[in-house]
Amino acid sequence: MRRETIHAYLLLLPAFVLLVAFTHWPVVTTLIDSLYATPHGGRPPPFVGTDNYAGMFDDPVFWQALSNNAWFAAATIPTSIILALLMALAVNEALPGRAVLRMAYFLPTMLPMIAVANIWMFFYTPDYGLFDRIIGLFGGGRHNWLGDASTALPAIILVSIWKEAGFFMIFYLAALQTMPTDLKEAAALEGSSRWNYFRRVTIPLLMPTTLFVMVNAVINAFRVIDHVIVMTRGGPDNATTLLLYYIYETGFRYWDTSTAAAATVVLVTIMALAAAFQFGVLGRRVHYR
Amino acid sequence: MMVAASNRFSHGLETLGAWMLGILWMLPLLYAVWTAFHPAAFATHFDPLAPLTFANIEAAWQAAPFSRYLLNTVMLVTLILAAQFVLCTLAAFAFARLTFPGRDVLFAIVLLQLMVMPDVLLVENYRTVVQLHAADTILAIALPYLGSAFGIFLLRQTFLTVPQPLDDAARLEGCGLLARLWRVYVPLAKPTYIAYGLVSVSYHWNNFLWPLIITNSVTTRPLTVGLAVFATTDQGIDWSIVTAATLMTSAPLLIAFLLFQRQFVQSFMRAGIR
Repeated sequence: MRRETIHAYLLLLPAFVLLVAFTHWPVVTTLIDSLYATPHGGRPPPFVGTDNYAGMFDDPVFWQALSNNAWFAAATIPTSIILALLMALAVNEALPGRAVLRMAYFLPTMLPMIAVANIWMFFYTPDYGLFDRIIGLFGGGRHNWLGDASTALPAIILVSIWKEAGFFMIFYLAALQTMPTDLKEAAALEGSSRWNYFRRVTIPLLMPTTLFVMVNAVINAFRVIDHVIVMTRGGPDNATTLLLYYIYETGFRYWDTSTAAAATVVLVTIMALAAAFQFGVLGRRVHYR
Repeated sequence: MMVAASNRFSHGLETLGAWMLGILWMLPLLYAVWTAFHPAAFATHFDPLAPLTFANIEAAWQAAPFSRYLLNTVMLVTLILAAQFVLCTLAAFAFARLTFPGRDVLFAIVLLQLMVMPDVLLVENYRTVVQLHAADTILAIALPYLGSAFGIFLLRQTFLTVPQPLDDAARLEGCGLLARLWRVYVPLAKPTYIAYGLVSVSYHWNNFLWPLIITNSVTTRPLTVGLAVFATTDQGIDWSIVTAATLMTSAPLLIAFLLFQRQFVQSFMRAGIR
């Protein structure tokens, strides 16, 4: 073997061992484990084929977790992306107090999700919380925001939007700052309205950023459950159980690792589809600089 | 004239909107600061003359071993950062400047981790760490994140922009592979290291789920897990103290952010442009 090849493999080895051991290999073993029964004692678990999947598909909680997660994604992703874009546009203009404003938008990103959850839990407290106080001013009554199955998921969604929008803003801001100014001057000479310019020039030029942000938002919608653990523990009545929370609960509270493996396969498939979507369908349509 | 006036009007409207959103965004944090630094009686009603107090902070600090949690978090992020810098630098250099069979395939395999993160592979990684007899250690929290596709990718992109003549000159002076990497590539990639470092530190300072699963004692728990344990078991509903603890755990990162705001924002931008 050539020296350069040996050197290259040696340089790659440490990072590769760790990457494969904690990302690639676990994906493979998850798939294998999902086909075997949960091990008990020292005996090797029997092969059960698709039984774990059948059992999981019979579990209404799994379907609820999936549908909760779909609603969660459908609500958080577009809202936080639109807010992020508006924030970036605002901060990109020469507004008074621009630096303070940028900090205000970005600050939630720097907080741990668990800290954010603690703060918001206080807002959602019946009677004393900020929400009930404000509603009280308008003559509204007491409401248990996190304890009511109809408002618990929206409450969680609101927290996620607050936390994420400022993070995505950064990427739009970066893109806006690299946008050529001569386009804007040309459009102004042509007498094009600002709205028209925004719609015809800014939005299309921001497409790669939107795509990047979207994929990140999808991944986050299925990856972050810290606030669920702290605020609701999936309740009430599984109203806030997201897919990863379902995995966490089956795997580490009921120690049903086979079902957890089957659910992880579903989750990884969703993420892989998001990735394939990025590189495949959208990748070809998007205008790249 | 009309156009200018209407432009000024719409501009004013936009400023107003931007500021209203900004205030709305700041409100939760301002409210938390208010609660943490006032007596519990003022936690739920606003009075500009309410007395300031550090009693909540003191009570929270003493109610749980936060100094130990802080130490654990500092050790954790230092360990992760150091390992990531070394491992990613070596791998990124190989991908950027060496030719070897299977390079593109291996690089694609690395990039897979950008999509499927170790965060979701809880059960299997837990099993692996237990088999290594490493459960409930700080190393165990760090292990899944030490090989970082994001870091390798970011550094490779930077190394690719290093002019080849610089590399050749170092080679002519008799520098070996590692010497060239250390003397030519690493110094030129400093902004990337800062950017990646800030992103990595803030990610792992705030990480919660994996540390929650893999730690089980005071000597290993990072701040986030310590805070969760404290808020759910020890306290119940004393919001002033819980909020004080919450701010306390986020404070080091928040203060660092406020001091180096520009650096932080630019780092996140740099890390995001792929």
